[in-house]
Amino acid sequence: MATYILRRLMEAVFILIGITMITYALLYLIPADPVRQIAGRSATPETVENIRQQLGLDLPFYEQYWRYVSALFQGDLGRSYLQKTEVSELIASRLPASLLLMVAAISLELLMGLVMGTISAVRRNSAVDNSLMVISFVGVSAPQFVVGIIFLYIFAVKLNWFPIGGYGTFHHLVLPALTLGFMGAGWYSRMMRSSMLNVLGQDFVRTARAKGLGKARVIVRHAVPNALLPIIAMIGIDIGIFMSGIVVVESVFGWPGIGQLAWQAIQRVDIPIIMGVTLVAACSIVLGNLLADIIAPFVDPRIKLK
Amino acid sequence: MDNKKILGGLAAAAMAVSVATSSSAEPTNGGSMIVTYKDDVSTLDPAIGYDWQNWSMIKSLFDSLLDYKPGTTVLTNDLAESYSISEDGLTYTFVLREGVKFHNGRVMTAADVKYSLDRVTNPKTQSPGAGFFASVKGFDEASGGSGELSGVTVVDDRTVAIELSRPDATFLHVMAINFSSVVPQEAVEQWGEDFGKHPVGTGAFSLAEWSLGQRLVFAKNPDYYQAGLPHLDEIVFEVGQEPVVALLRLQNGEVDVAGDGIPPAKFLEVKNDPEYANAIVEGSQLHTGYISLNVKMKPFDNLAVRKAVNMAINKDRIVRMINGRAVPANQPLPPLMPGYDPDYKGFAFDPEAAKKMLAEAGYGEGFETELYVANTDPQPRIAQAIQQDLAAIGIKAEIKSLAQANVIAAGGEEDQAPMIWSGGMAWIADFPDPSNFYGPILGCGGAVPGGWNWSWYCNEEIDARAVKADAMTNPADAAEREAMWRKIFTDIQDEAPWVPIFNEQRFTIRSDRLDGPDGIFVDPVHIPVHYDTVYLKGGQ
Repeated sequence: MATYILRRLMEAVFILIGITMITYALLYLIPADPVRQIAGRSATPETVENIRQQLGLDLPFYEQYWRYVSALFQGDLGRSYLQKTEVSELIASRLPASLLLMVAAISLELLMGLVMGTISAVRRNSAVDNSLMVISFVGVSAPQFVVGIIFLYIFAVKLNWFPIGGYGTFHHLVLPALTLGFMGAGWYSRMMRSSMLNVLGQDFVRTARAKGLGKARVIVRHAVPNALLPIIAMIGIDIGIFMSGIVVVESVFGWPGIGQLAWQAIQRVDIPIIMGVTLVAACSIVLGNLLADIIAPFVDPRIKLK
Repeated sequence: MDNKKILGGLAAAAMAVSVATSSSAEPTNGGSMIVTYKDDVSTLDPAIGYDWQNWSMIKSLFDSLLDYKPGTTVLTNDLAESYSISEDGLTYTFVLREGVKFHNGRVMTAADVKYSLDRVTNPKTQSPGAGFFASVKGFDEASGGSGELSGVTVVDDRTVAIELSRPDATFLHVMAINFSSVVPQEAVEQWGEDFGKHPVGTGAFSLAEWSLGQRLVFAKNPDYYQAGLPHLDEIVFEVGQEPVVALLRLQNGEVDVAGDGIPPAKFLEVKNDPEYANAIVEGSQLHTGYISLNVKMKPFDNLAVRKAVNMAINKDRIVRMINGRAVPANQPLPPLMPGYDPDYKGFAFDPEAAKKMLAEAGYGEGFETELYVANTDPQPRIAQAIQQDLAAIGIKAEIKSLAQANVIAAGGEEDQAPMIWSGGMAWIADFPDPSNFYGPILGCGGAVPGGWNWSWYCNEEIDARAVKADAMTNPADAAEREAMWRKIFTDIQDEAPWVPIFNEQRFTIRSDRLDGPDGIFVDPVHIPVHYDTVYLKGGQ
């Protein structure tokens, strides 16, 4: 087990280096000049050149990249061109908000998705099943910013149950977490439904019933744990989807997380921030996948780590 | 942020024209207001900050030698109690007010003024505003990193003399922009590169709290030198709020000023709602939106083609498309800028005549070209309207809709962008003087790689006239100077390097708790509102 985790972590380092290289190259290739933006409109050509030299942006690509990676290995993510602040400080100040939102959203989507999927499977082809699947269909297909704005309008503006955007209390967390979790809930309910239908038709379920166990007990103790297996593997991959989702949802709700930071940086070609946030996102995806792989054998003893 | 956001930052200049509300006679003191923004504040260092969000914040934290009267473009003394100009127009001597204190309690002196100007021109500071000080003696050495500004001399604790290397009629305006703000050396050295997060100035407010990505709190400076100001005890800036959400919150009474303005999609709905008739203040800006025609690229090197394009565009329709948030333009200068020519006719909309003119120029069959545009709403829609108008006279323009930074990069290359619609990146004056609308965007100095003169128009004869006009520093020559600039801009437009489309209007929406003269809600330099002079109704 330990060897397996170590090997995966080593692989992760190479993946992350690869990601920094690709991102850095893409940012190098886009035809926008960050120096012009820092220098502003009234800068003399000398000022522009001076800033370019100070930032090392006059160096060839491989030297710039080498500088970045060597600093990275010393834990230095660089300094934002436009915010004039250490990138690590900017990310550290925003990461807790994103993690909180992500944990809340994952809990919500699992809760909603699994419950909806189980009910649909048990009540297969009933009116309940059909309406739940319509809801899940909407969840999967509706753009998150639309869902967010609709939730805001109904629950915050009209019903006044929750604040209109912002950060700080449990009340602030509900709507963004619901928006972010709504899409996942749609996916999970559909997956859970088909997984449950598959499990419910298997011999061991029939045996359990034949033993005289109650319906609820058969579903909760025997069917659900088996139906969960393919879903657990999904949660790790889900973190990647969340990373793109939070960019939208954090902007709509004014949630001060790294998604919002990334969005602002992309608009202004603030390369150190874009690199920093990309790295954080990549790390969480890699770790999420690793976590899913490690958990899998505990849930299903048939799976072995190699 | 809406389309007024510019990468290089800007200070808008505007004048109130609306009389939607009346203010109570006596301002009240105390209370707090909430202002929202979508983007986090980048920096509060006056040598660095150069976007319209931090521009007015910095104005409230710091002071310069001069400033503008609230709600106007009239220069007034700020930290300077008085000033005099030498006969030759080359030396400006400023006498400072006595006993003005920094937020750290120390008294501000002439040495601080010198330090601040040296700092902003020092290349290590990387100030985007260093170029404004080019007329100060010793600028080349200072900006080259080999010394201080030799033209700035501390005469005594309260007197500073600034010598110029050439007469510069805009110099007093330069002394009023944020880059001239006076900063205390010890605080700059204490915080180093983080001074922008820990600003210390002499302004009406001081920074009390800054939670990155969440909020900033400005607290009243009890020692502020102007008696009775500021009126508010506190201003809270909440960042990270989408403009649509900010508007909802404002309508819900949770927010006092939506810093990013009214989102275009909600504009008509809010504007036509009688409930908000008193909440919206309208003003004009020193802004011109234009299409640049690259005179170095075929076929726009042909004057007749440029004129034809000018006559082909239906500007009224474009103004209607943006819900009337602008007025059609016929020359580079906006109507409120000194030097604007109200009698100039420009090129009237006449597609038939345009077609004929194209045919005479040898392009009877039309031609194919490209129109660059920033990819944020409503710019691509405006570009489509331009595209249709051009198609009507046979010009097939392919729309290149790109991120703002990429459009700016394309404009800075001589042979890249034949046409650019400037929306979202258009010029808004740094200060209310016509020369600010010339050099970088229509003069030879801006027609360089990476420059902002996207039409690459360079007329040396006009450049010489511009230098002559800016050398007229004697206040008695002001009218003559203005006339010179007027002729410069109409002469340029006769050569049609631009298609001026419209001058944007500004609309500020505020809660009914706020009060003050309308002018401070569409202030020329303080956007969205003059923070020092706004107050709460009845001291709520």
